[in-house]
Amino acid sequence: MAKVFIYPVNSLILADLVERFGHKPLTMMNQVREKVTNISLDSPPINITPEDPKIGLRYAAVEVPPGVRGRMTLIGPLIEETEAAIIVENPPTNFGCVGCNRTNELMKYLVRSKEVPILEVRYPESTEDARDFVNKIAAFLKSLPTENTGEDEKVEEKETIAEEGEK
Amino acid sequence: MTEIKQNEVTKYIVISSDIVLPADAAMKIYESEYPVTVKETCFGLIVTGPEKDVLAVVEKIRQLDKNHIFIKDRGFPAGDERRCRATRGGGPRPGFHFLREEVGMLPAIGAALDELDAKEPVNEKHGEKRRLKVSDLEKIIEAELSR
Repeated sequence: MAKVFIYPVNSLILADLVERFGHKPLTMMNQVREKVTNISLDSPPINITPEDPKIGLRYAAVEVPPGVRGRMTLIGPLIEETEAAIIVENPPTNFGCVGCNRTNELMKYLVRSKEVPILEVRYPESTEDARDFVNKIAAFLKSLPTENTGEDEKVEEKETIAEEGEK
Repeated sequence: MTEIKQNEVTKYIVISSDIVLPADAAMKIYESEYPVTVKETCFGLIVTGPEKDVLAVVEKIRQLDKNHIFIKDRGFPAGDERRCRATRGGGPRPGFHFLREEVGMLPAIGAALDELDAKEPVNEKHGEKRRLKVSDLEKIIEAELSR
């Protein structure tokens, strides 16, 4: 089971498809749950702890608007866990918690620079598009390891390289 | 504020099916006697409860119409005052617009999943690649030569 980062991070369709094909979606909702079920937090906008801005600063410099850093507080830790990613370009709605385009750009940049398997598809606008969309995602998810984690793969890769070196 | 328990999870069940209605799914959950809170909505259900029970319930509901029932996590529990429209003075709750956009696409996604399921057995038959045995190759050659 691979941990699959999805963009948009709160997408119903992507989260469902990833789970349906036996992997774990990394979604914003789970991060939000951890925040809102913490007894020490009350209600928005007073819903951050002193630790949160520090986490955001790992991903965006202090000159960056605080909204970006705030969002990266939730999204950054997800990117660190990422073992594969599905990025949907041109989603029709980019408002609400995923409405900040700078955060979206930063998030996609960080995922792409991680060098994990990434599938980039366009949001479907017709039935034919939807068929292609589902087929591509299904093929991608089936190609991911179902039991091993990414770390195991890296170890295996290193071993094979070492073996080849010996030969 | 709504009482929140640490080990509880919440799931959206979005129903885009011709044979299952949100009310049918809700009745199924009530019948199953799992200790979960169910809220019926226009698009489906919101289920809150202990993680183990919610996962079991959600899987049961998904099996009612596998390719046309979609599930995702929700951060806030059902009826949470910070999201409930009753205490926020009406209007759509945050996140509704995104969900509404995606719900419009669900019939096409469901149909695509149906097609994928129908195609799968055919693909498996053709997909099995294995090395051709020498004896099999000989038979093929002999069959071709004897024509």
